[in-house]
Amino acid sequence: MNGLLWYSTRATGEVALLFLTGVVVLGVLSAVRFGGRRVPRFVIAGMHRNLTLAGLGFLAVHAGTAILDSYAPIDLADAVVPFASAYRPIWLGLGTVAFDTLLILTVTSLLRTRIGVRRWRVLHWSAYACWVTAFVHALGTGSDVRVPVFLLLAGVCGAVVLAVVAWRIAAPGPRRRGLRAGAALTALIVLVFVIGWSADGPLRPGWAKRAGTPARTPDSAGR
Amino acid sequence: MTVPWRLRLNPILCTGHALCAELLPEVIVLDEWGYPILSPVPDELLSLARRAVADCPTLALAIEPAP
Amino acid sequence: MTAPATAPSERRLLAGYHALGRPAGLRDHRARYGALPSLGPEPGERAGTRLIGLLDEAGLTGRGGGAFPTGRKLRSVAESGRSPVVVVNAAEGEPLSGKDRLLLAVAPHLVLDGAVLAASALRARRIAVCVHSAESAAQVESALAERGPVRSVAVRVVRVPGRYVASEETALVNHLSGREAKPAFTPPRPFERGVGGRPTLVANAETYAHIALIARYGPRWFRACGTPDAPGTALFTVSGAVLRPGVIEAPLGTSVAGLLRMAGGPAEQLQAILTGGYGGAWLPIRRARTPATPAAFAAAGAALGPGIIVALPARVCGVAESARIMRWLADETAGQCGPCTFGLPAIAEDLAALADGRAGETVWRRLHGRLSAVAGRGACRHPDGAVRFATSALRVFGPHLAAHRHPGNCPAAQGPGLLPTRGGR
Repeated sequence: MNGLLWYSTRATGEVALLFLTGVVVLGVLSAVRFGGRRVPRFVIAGMHRNLTLAGLGFLAVHAGTAILDSYAPIDLADAVVPFASAYRPIWLGLGTVAFDTLLILTVTSLLRTRIGVRRWRVLHWSAYACWVTAFVHALGTGSDVRVPVFLLLAGVCGAVVLAVVAWRIAAPGPRRRGLRAGAALTALIVLVFVIGWSADGPLRPGWAKRAGTPARTPDSAGR
Repeated sequence: MTVPWRLRLNPILCTGHALCAELLPEVIVLDEWGYPILSPVPDELLSLARRAVADCPTLALAIEPAP
Repeated sequence: MTAPATAPSERRLLAGYHALGRPAGLRDHRARYGALPSLGPEPGERAGTRLIGLLDEAGLTGRGGGAFPTGRKLRSVAESGRSPVVVVNAAEGEPLSGKDRLLLAVAPHLVLDGAVLAASALRARRIAVCVHSAESAAQVESALAERGPVRSVAVRVVRVPGRYVASEETALVNHLSGREAKPAFTPPRPFERGVGGRPTLVANAETYAHIALIARYGPRWFRACGTPDAPGTALFTVSGAVLRPGVIEAPLGTSVAGLLRMAGGPAEQLQAILTGGYGGAWLPIRRARTPATPAAFAAAGAALGPGIIVALPARVCGVAESARIMRWLADETAGQCGPCTFGLPAIAEDLAALADGRAGETVWRRLHGRLSAVAGRGACRHPDGAVRFATSALRVFGPHLAAHRHPGNCPAAQGPGLLPTRGGR
């Protein structure tokens, strides 16, 4: 039973990463006004929304199974309050941050007409940060980081998001050079940081210990 | 047929994403620059009109009872 | 109430200036008009009641171009029940108008009287006088210094950028609230939510000057000239091919020909009159007997606007002139609304093609389609005014357009432009 839960946590996490990547892609497609006669824009907008809701569903299972499972010491509070966990506090905490951000983004989007489009848009910029946080969490907490299939998944997701971000920065529209340059610079810094950190951290042997996995999990103690 | 609802556009917010015209081609046509031109909303299209209002990326549309 | 001998019926706002021959200081002003009557609400009385009653009876309408009944506007502001902000609009973004600048230069105390009357009647605590030029600002400041502090009302002079749409009332409200001086989407209109969220009375400088006189001499005196529909006098800025271009005061209902005569008469043969400014409309010279009232002008396809009359001589090509002005109007868009941002330049391009003889049947049809597609689709009335102007050009200069079938067929079109599009201020 425990094994099932633990594997569910890992699987749903990976699926959620895939979904969030899809959400970011669709969001950027909306922003750069992709679509028209063959792919109506309201379809893109609808998929963006539905994929987010589906992703939230996977994340609920992801967090729920992690809590129920007794292999790692994660409790209910850790799903909402970041950086308080006994298990890989920083890297798990990033997942919590991403989850909370996603919740806020979803709620504010559903209440968009109430809060006004300007505030909504400012908030929605954090979607990019949300994705990066979730990505780092996946690498930092994931148990499968050095499994080729996971590496492929992460690599593809990363490349796709990078591509659409570049598309958005270069997309036609109001010039706003400063904003575009700032976005490009930020993206570059984040990219360099994530690559450097992954190479030095999760991709090297011995990461689990350095990441803050307790030496004896309650489960193994009982055995 | 009664036409008790109408759409109202805030032209400052509208940036011509044109989702509304895709959803409601019977009521909303686009001018040559891609900005919507609105007509009254017949009853049977009310739910689509509400969706157009909710889905507008810049929240430039509103629906209100016709005066 | 009786009209004093010093206020002849035909000249009211400018009577002092014409009698003195120089701008009126506070002492001149008091000597001519006496002290400011008190119309503030009595204890228990609803704000604005007495002044609104006088204005309703007088039939005063706004002189900034909208011709909206001033009494009704004050009532809308008063009904909010909150202390409003009173805004004097003397920003005059229209390059062909000079009347508000003149009024502030020669009779600033009349304008300030009106604003103070409105403020005390509505229990406002703030008055903002909006001007464009440093010169006007200095004139108002020195008039304010002469008067000393106004009891319980803070008056400030605010300079407004010179853009055409910056003097639109919602743009003024934005400017006074610390935002960019661009028009806003309405509702809420300024009387509901204006400067700093307060209900706001925005009226033209000349309108306040009329309020100052109505409060002193009464509605019946006000109605003694003008027409029953459009009572009172108005200031007109007359320019173009007249012998004495400038600002004149005339009773509403005076014919266009009469206004031209008051400005010295035509300097040469005329073909048309531009009425209401660049957002106004052309009137063919054969209709020069049209009386200058909002309704009569509208019926003739013209626009009274803020009292702008420009005489276009016969030697000038109206099509080329209109194309140039349309280009200017397109450049003056605030760039906020798509139909205006893209529509006006497109219309300007089509008019230029017509003027240059490059326009075929397709351009003609496209231009008509564009004119009907753009009107009424902006947040403010700028696109509507521009479309009205272009439409009137096609109508009034229609017969002459035949000469523009081929390039170079209208030699007059090659000449330099007559109407100012950048200067004038």
